[in-house]
Amino acid sequence: MSAHNYVPSSKLGKWFNDRLPLLSLSSHIREYPTPKNLNYWWTFGGILTFCLVAQIVTGVILAMHYVAQADLAFESVEHIMRDVNYGWLIRYFHANGSSMFFLAVYIHIFRSMYYGSHKSPREVIWIIGMIIYFLMMMTAFMGYVLPWGQMSFWAATVITNLFSAVPLVGESITNWLWGGFAVGNPTLTRFYSLHYLLSFLIFGLVILHIWALHIPGNNNPIGIELKKPSKDTVPFHPYIVIKDLFALLIFLILFAFFVFYSPNLLGHPDNYIEANPMVTPNHIVPEWYLLPFYAILRSVPDKLFGVIAMFASVFVLVILPWLDTSKVKSAIFRPLYKQFYWILVLDVLILGYMGAMPAEGTYLLIARVATTYYFVHFLVILPVLGYKEKTLPVPLNITEPVLGGSPNPDMVKKKELYD
Amino acid sequence: MKNFFKSIFIIFLVTSLFSQKAFTDETKKLLSTDWSFKGFFGKFDRASLQRGYQVYTEVCASCHSIKYLSYRNLSEKGGPEFSEEQAKAIAANFEVTDGPNDDGEMFTRPAKLSDKFVKPYKNVKEAMASNGGAYPPDMSVLVKARSGGVDYIYSILLGYDDPPGDISLEDGVYYNAHMYGNKIAMPKPLSEGLVEYNDGTEATEEQMAKDVVTFLAWAAEPHLEARHKIGFKAIIYLIILSFLVYFSMKRLWSRIEPKV
Repeated sequence: MSAHNYVPSSKLGKWFNDRLPLLSLSSHIREYPTPKNLNYWWTFGGILTFCLVAQIVTGVILAMHYVAQADLAFESVEHIMRDVNYGWLIRYFHANGSSMFFLAVYIHIFRSMYYGSHKSPREVIWIIGMIIYFLMMMTAFMGYVLPWGQMSFWAATVITNLFSAVPLVGESITNWLWGGFAVGNPTLTRFYSLHYLLSFLIFGLVILHIWALHIPGNNNPIGIELKKPSKDTVPFHPYIVIKDLFALLIFLILFAFFVFYSPNLLGHPDNYIEANPMVTPNHIVPEWYLLPFYAILRSVPDKLFGVIAMFASVFVLVILPWLDTSKVKSAIFRPLYKQFYWILVLDVLILGYMGAMPAEGTYLLIARVATTYYFVHFLVILPVLGYKEKTLPVPLNITEPVLGGSPNPDMVKKKELYD
Repeated sequence: MKNFFKSIFIIFLVTSLFSQKAFTDETKKLLSTDWSFKGFFGKFDRASLQRGYQVYTEVCASCHSIKYLSYRNLSEKGGPEFSEEQAKAIAANFEVTDGPNDDGEMFTRPAKLSDKFVKPYKNVKEAMASNGGAYPPDMSVLVKARSGGVDYIYSILLGYDDPPGDISLEDGVYYNAHMYGNKIAMPKPLSEGLVEYNDGTEATEEQMAKDVVTFLAWAAEPHLEARHKIGFKAIIYLIILSFLVYFSMKRLWSRIEPKV
């Protein structure tokens, strides 16, 4: 890579760079050869980095005013909303930030699945990504508990109770998690501590995620490995930086709309009622981004197997690079996979919807069908598809189809798909 | 491919119909009125907030607390905007316990601007004991704590009616068309001409309901006006910046290829 040959121009720069090659790193990032045909779905990596940093910054400020004590937590949140200068802005940014973070991460994950970014040689990037996603869910869940409203309290109760399904030691585990015999002050303080810790763990993993990305380089819409740098690539700076910035600004407009004009739309009204262990809400629902998993959990009649199914639904994603047996990466050249992909997207949306509905009657039936299909997609359809599917011919490089020089007329016809 | 999208559309239609049905079965449509604080430029109606405060103190405050509001908030920007003297005079009507003094004794004094709204009951238990076992909820964030928000509270206030023949009510329970299960422990709070507005506005039930709900909306979200104002500026700024960045991007990428 070109960055390794980088020599700083100043003497001081050279002295420093020999001892800690930060300047080489910055040069590498600037010149990092990126496929020039990346579409806007690829901008969500940058957007996610922004989301993480924004969550950490707003979170650190909130932590200065928040009181992690069961009798004071709710009040301290109202103190932030009313008396802290721009506290309402910081808190609404943080609360809606988690939703925007998940919106971006879902687009990011589904983009990877569409264009086969999880496949060789990028399995490690994918696995680190899945660990980040799992930690994000834990962090978001614990953060949701901190305002100590009714939904906070009861979500904590429901989720920690899942561990009581573990045979023999289940009860001991839940008591250990709670720090007592019910969700209470010790639970709140440890969730606060872990919520703070996990965000920085995620930050560390994001660095590894990007590092792992910079070894093979970006995948791209046609899913071919590029010789770098070449006429198919552009330097990261300024070409990709400005494109990411543009996409980020558009994303921020949506973000601002939520923060300023409907800050409580994605939350639950019950969370503005102070936690009360004596009153159970009519429907206990998690935040929208966890609903598909909640639907899977509830669609299994047995508690233990429900919990197993829920964790399996995440684990099945971790091993996706080996379940998807097709040699062709991009769905553009996989006519059958493309259809199954959209069915999966629909399936997950249906699961999310069912997660918000009471688990009874038709809802439960649909949730069960959708749960079954989810696992069938990953465990049956994908492995078989790799052998059975007749894929379209993949071009040799990006420039070829872009310039219409492909010997394959089908490629020329599909030109608009690449740029 | 077209058939495929069609089938997706049909599935969506069916699921959304299901949900529509589920919702309409349970609740009656909420009443609404022309809230001045909704929308991009939404602001509170100052006069309505002041009248709403009057309804709150004269009607609601005997049972419902607003524990997160301070008297100083009454004179702050974006609220009812009473003058500081008026707010001080309002605060002085209430007694708060302070102390201990130099002798170690607790004492009472008139409330100051920095004090929180005085609560009608010492604690939840006392509130329940005085209200037949039902707790009158604190109203600080009540508007945000009910689905339907301001429309819901407005509907509850105007939803009292004679019970239909098939519903029998126990003692201390009243019929309300918009309450969950149609039964509510709060007696009908508003009646024609219950308060006498200083500004001469006619105190109809709808008017009082509208004013007090406006006041509660402000109590739940005292920085709403600032939020709308800053939000509008922020979004305009982002849109302009997006345009600038977009054209810079076009310019940059034109070195590589005409299309980005």
